[in-house]
Amino acid sequence: MGNLFKIAIRNLLRYKRRTLLTASLVTLGIVFVLLFVSVTGSFKSMMIGQMTDSMLGHLQVHRKGYLASIDNLPLNLNMKMQTYKKLEGILNQQPEIEAYSPRIKFGGMFSTFVETTNIRLNGVYPDRELKTVPLLPSRVTNGTEKTLEKGEIWIPELMAKSMKVNMGDTVVIIATNQDGSVNGKQFKVAGVLESVTGPGGRDGYVHIEDAMEVLRMEEMEVSEVAIRLKDFGRLYAFTEKLDGLLSGELNKQGKPVFEVHNWEKLSPFYNIAQMIDIMALFIKFMLIAVVLVSIMNVMIMAVYERVREIGTIAAIGTLPGKILSLFILEGLSLGVLGVVAGNILGFIIIAILNLSKMTFSFGRQTGLILSARVAPMDMLVISLIVILISVIASLQPALKASRMEPIKALRHV
Amino acid sequence: MGLVVAENITKIYSVVATKVSKDYKVGEIAIRALNEVSFEIEPASFVSFVGPSGSGKTTLLNLIGCLDKPTEGKLEVAGTDVLHLDRKQSASFRGNNLGFIFQDFNLLPVLTVFENIEYPLLMVQKIPGVERKKRIMALLEAVGMTDQRDKYPDQISGGQKQRVAIARALVTNPKLVLADEPTANLDHKTAFLVLESMKKMRNEFRTTFVFSTHDQKIVGEAEIIYSLEDGELVGKQVKGGQKNG
Ligand SMILES: Nc1ncnc2c1ncn2[C@@H]1O[C@H](COP(=O)(O)OP(=O)(O)O)[C@@H](O)[C@H]1O
Ligand SMILES: [Mg+2]
Repeated sequence: MGNLFKIAIRNLLRYKRRTLLTASLVTLGIVFVLLFVSVTGSFKSMMIGQMTDSMLGHLQVHRKGYLASIDNLPLNLNMKMQTYKKLEGILNQQPEIEAYSPRIKFGGMFSTFVETTNIRLNGVYPDRELKTVPLLPSRVTNGTEKTLEKGEIWIPELMAKSMKVNMGDTVVIIATNQDGSVNGKQFKVAGVLESVTGPGGRDGYVHIEDAMEVLRMEEMEVSEVAIRLKDFGRLYAFTEKLDGLLSGELNKQGKPVFEVHNWEKLSPFYNIAQMIDIMALFIKFMLIAVVLVSIMNVMIMAVYERVREIGTIAAIGTLPGKILSLFILEGLSLGVLGVVAGNILGFIIIAILNLSKMTFSFGRQTGLILSARVAPMDMLVISLIVILISVIASLQPALKASRMEPIKALRHV
Repeated sequence: MGLVVAENITKIYSVVATKVSKDYKVGEIAIRALNEVSFEIEPASFVSFVGPSGSGKTTLLNLIGCLDKPTEGKLEVAGTDVLHLDRKQSASFRGNNLGFIFQDFNLLPVLTVFENIEYPLLMVQKIPGVERKKRIMALLEAVGMTDQRDKYPDQISGGQKQRVAIARALVTNPKLVLADEPTANLDHKTAFLVLESMKKMRNEFRTTFVFSTHDQKIVGEAEIIYSLEDGELVGKQVKGGQKNG
């Protein structure tokens, strides 16, 4: 094996320029893939982070059927106190959960005494909400205090602008409760919230007890519970686990009481994230095609140029299998050369990108710093695929070489 | 008398050819390149097949070298009936019993002189390092190439290349070395030197040498000369002068 390698490497060095060109093609391919994967990956994870940490939470639990009509914020689909207590009991026992926050979601009228418009509101416990969606305060653009007191309201930026509402202004929220009776309450504007793309991205926030007061709830009801996990990587496993635990809870009709959704089901951004993954896949396919074609090309040339040498070694008794290995090792070495160079170069370029602190915007969020990162696992998988492809690319030429008739090959000029 | 007969029966010839014929198919037509050729070659002999171009020398040497199969006849090489060897068996038979010297030297350009001679010991036979080195050094010495051992083929002359090729052919201790026109690409002086090297090797290692040539001046170096014409064996000359029909 060592000797086969020696001969393979020497044969590669024999045509230095050609080897260098082909290896660079592989190298460039790897660099592009690594850059694409790391930059889009960074973009993706930042977006997911923004979604989950400033608004959605990692996953949410609703009363069965709520999500389907979430646009109407149906008060009649809230969990009753008793149901919520049951849920709380289960959630409190899950060690994976970092924090969770119950929310009352409702729609109402927002009035500045001059103008009136519609508003969607979340009634939350500010401390619990901030533990569940820790980036929420970062969306507050104008607030001095980054926490929400009773009697205060955070309103979405667009509304503040169009209604010409300033910090500290007094506004009135009017809402119709489940029984159809209308109630109003005065709030002090304590913060203006940057919008986030997606449902709920233009909602305002009030204290949950204020929400109960506006809606004249005697007992607390809960529209949704947002949950934050200690380890986001365990999202799927935990979603499944919780779903399993909650599906045991049935109502009097024997139907499940709760529904569990992770952020992917809650945000349209998930489709964009998937698109990014598909694009990365396409780029990887292109890399595979480039490696396949370029290495196959070189190996076909190599076999063609060395017909007489193949005839010679076959004549003096080299077995076909050895000849096959010789050429496969040559293609493999070429691939490995490109892979090693590609990984090193890709790593350096990504490091430079990160050092240059490039920024980008997403929706209304600007100045997000690009932090490109490739998982070592990704690098390994890409490298292994490329090496495998270089073996596959050499297979046909190598087989051809190993099957040559020595006398014909020796006659070749 | 009885002793002599017994010796003849048990003797293993290097080559025994019995009515060997070879046809090449070119389209629909079969060209007879060899026609019912019969001969025996004794171990440690120094044999040449002579004849003009197209007389069938290469064809015959390819058959003896198990690179091709006769169309008809029987052929034994080194005591083995080689007619029924398959591709892989042929390859390992060649690797274990035969040595080859080519007209164009056919050294591997990416290997040094030393490595070229080493090649069959690594890739064809499996000989441990110490033994390998011993054999290579002995052969380098014998062909007078010790001081060139680290040069690459394109750094040495044609005569030197052919001496390296001789060493490569002998390094596996073959029973028979086949050389198809080994001197055709060399000037006369070098050609004689190369043949001298081959003969010296024969004397030292008792290996059978069979070579072909179309060059009448070179032929004299052989001890047994077979003449080929149009695929037929037309004469045998044993050194000393007697000619057999
Ligand atoms: N592969 C082949 N296909 C067809 N005819 C061949 C082939 N090889 C040799 N011949 C023919 O066989 C005859 C003997 O050729 P060859 O053995 O090469 O002669 P020599 O080596 O003495 O020049 C020639 O007529 C040649 O044209
Ligand atoms: Mg010939």
